[in-house]
Amino acid sequence: MADDSISGLDAVEEGPVSSSTDSGGGQGSTGSPDEHPTLAALLDRYPDEIVRYRLNAGDQYVVWMKPDRSHEILEWLKDDADHLYDMMSDVTGLDYGNGRPINVVYQMYSTTYKLALRIRCELPLDALEIDSVVDLWQAANWLEREVYDLFGVTFRNHPDHRRILMPDDYAEGHPLRKDFPLRGRFSRAEQTRRALNQDVERFYLAEDLVRGGAPQEVAAAEVGGAISPSESDGGET
Amino acid sequence: MSSNTVEFNIGQGREMGVGGAGTPSPLAPFDIPEPDIGTERMLINLGPQHPATHGVLRLVCELDGETVTEIVPHIGYLHSSFEKLGEYRTWNQIVPLTDRMDYLAPLIYNCAYVMSVEKLMGIEVTERCKVVRVILMELDRIFGHLLWLGTTAIDVGAFTPFLYSFQQREKIYQLHEALTGARITTSATRVGGMMADLPKGWLDQLVEFVDEFPKTLGEVHRLLTGNQIHIGRTQGIGSISAADAINYGFTGPNLRAAGVAYDVRKDRPYYDYETYDFEVPIGEHGDCYDRYLCRMEEMTQSVGLLRQAMKRLPGGPINVEDPNISLPSKTDAMSDMESMIHHFKLITEGIPAPEGDCYMAIEASKGELGMYVVAEEGSTKPVRWRVRPPSFVNLSVIPKLATGHLLSDLIMINASLDIVLGEIDR
Repeated sequence: MADDSISGLDAVEEGPVSSSTDSGGGQGSTGSPDEHPTLAALLDRYPDEIVRYRLNAGDQYVVWMKPDRSHEILEWLKDDADHLYDMMSDVTGLDYGNGRPINVVYQMYSTTYKLALRIRCELPLDALEIDSVVDLWQAANWLEREVYDLFGVTFRNHPDHRRILMPDDYAEGHPLRKDFPLRGRFSRAEQTRRALNQDVERFYLAEDLVRGGAPQEVAAAEVGGAISPSESDGGET
Repeated sequence: MSSNTVEFNIGQGREMGVGGAGTPSPLAPFDIPEPDIGTERMLINLGPQHPATHGVLRLVCELDGETVTEIVPHIGYLHSSFEKLGEYRTWNQIVPLTDRMDYLAPLIYNCAYVMSVEKLMGIEVTERCKVVRVILMELDRIFGHLLWLGTTAIDVGAFTPFLYSFQQREKIYQLHEALTGARITTSATRVGGMMADLPKGWLDQLVEFVDEFPKTLGEVHRLLTGNQIHIGRTQGIGSISAADAINYGFTGPNLRAAGVAYDVRKDRPYYDYETYDFEVPIGEHGDCYDRYLCRMEEMTQSVGLLRQAMKRLPGGPINVEDPNISLPSKTDAMSDMESMIHHFKLITEGIPAPEGDCYMAIEASKGELGMYVVAEEGSTKPVRWRVRPPSFVNLSVIPKLATGHLLSDLIMINASLDIVLGEIDR
């Protein structure tokens, strides 16, 4: 990373190894759109959609974008001849907790121009919906399913909107949310009871081949149905 | 080498269309009517406990005769919530979680994670540390590819390459053990350096391996590369075009087999990879055979990289000399008050990070491995630690690759993708 450490570190007087709390924050800077052609083009073309941008970790540009027109902008980034972000490396979620909005983070890379860009869309907790980009990048299929599974973000027009890592009938919510306790919402006793009572045959039915359909809802009523999470004797914070 | 794969034409004529409809029956001269059996579809559940799925992967397949018409993969059986656990751990405490993801190439994951954290914090590791990490990562690239080689060969019925490759893996296991004390769960790296410097005699052991390994690789080449059974099972099976491969998120040897020269080491170089002399093998057809050739050639290239790295390995300290990042030596911590305080602070509090996020992509044995870490001002634990798992995205392509092929080819395609479920499920 010797070649990477110059641009963003200019502001840090203490040198690259400083890590004490009082001198922190030197890593991120606003950067300059001139350094990243895509950022400059985005600011030029969609000035109202770009909330802010930042230069993080020395050389990585992060762009915060409003979620409403995200699909349109991402499509433009993919197809515009000057940018051609043909590789969607990663789609992931990010929850800061304390009621702050959940971020959907796109890591994009252009194999033509060898440029990377990170786009973050902030979704308020009461409107966790964003357009799916599976029609643009097939790679986003499972990645978006994972974000839905672990963060509860709904992706509109996703062709196969199901949970992926957690079981389909998982009733405890979305595990990577900050308000989700490490050991789960249900008590150990309740978890065991559910595990013993489940119909194992259910997982080997022909319906498993059915794809798509409406996103699986984990209703609050269901979570609180048999045993309320707040009343459960788990005791975990 | 990869460009002349078309030379082996055996098996190319075996078109993997649907059901073999329209082919004349060998019984035709006898004029016996063929029974009409092509109507009912069969549902086959493959896995999660099945040796050919290479882990706890479950594939629900719909079959028309022996032809796969639809596949629905189910994953998550090995979900260990590593990313959630990471939010409760300090930066250094996460390292042991990383090698449990890809336990077939643990050192790559150790290195990738700390590289991302170091980039976030702006820590510049020492030259020696860089070269040592390059050595470890290339060693584990061979380590991961060897497991793929052995198990894939078994899936098509060749047992001998398995023995050969696992013999060599054992040598790498011993190198792991000499370096870290553990054979699989290495946890070798720390933020700002390594757990320990290379032990005495380790490099000699590595030289021994590097000298001996190409011979074994040559033997496997002789066993498989021109082997007609192997060619028949792999050529033209599970092919994908270059544009599709990119769009579907393929990375690593799977992408390069389709003819895309994307290698993170070349395109977004880290640790001075641009100064090493190595080639990126590229396939042509994107089928199982090209993936095989790409990985075989990558192992040869990794041997070359190991030789170069050993030659340029500089002396000097391996850890960053900053008491706020690296632990003092045990002797210092026991005898010197200041070192003891640093030791105590580092262990109890951890390393505070600046606000921001960092996505560090490296070339793992399976593809582009991205480590995305997010921190708030001064936090000693990550707000979010995300692993962009290469085999997760690679596996998601399997319905596209295997639909229309025979069930036995599905096994081959699955094997050729080189997945590891520990990392897919995390």
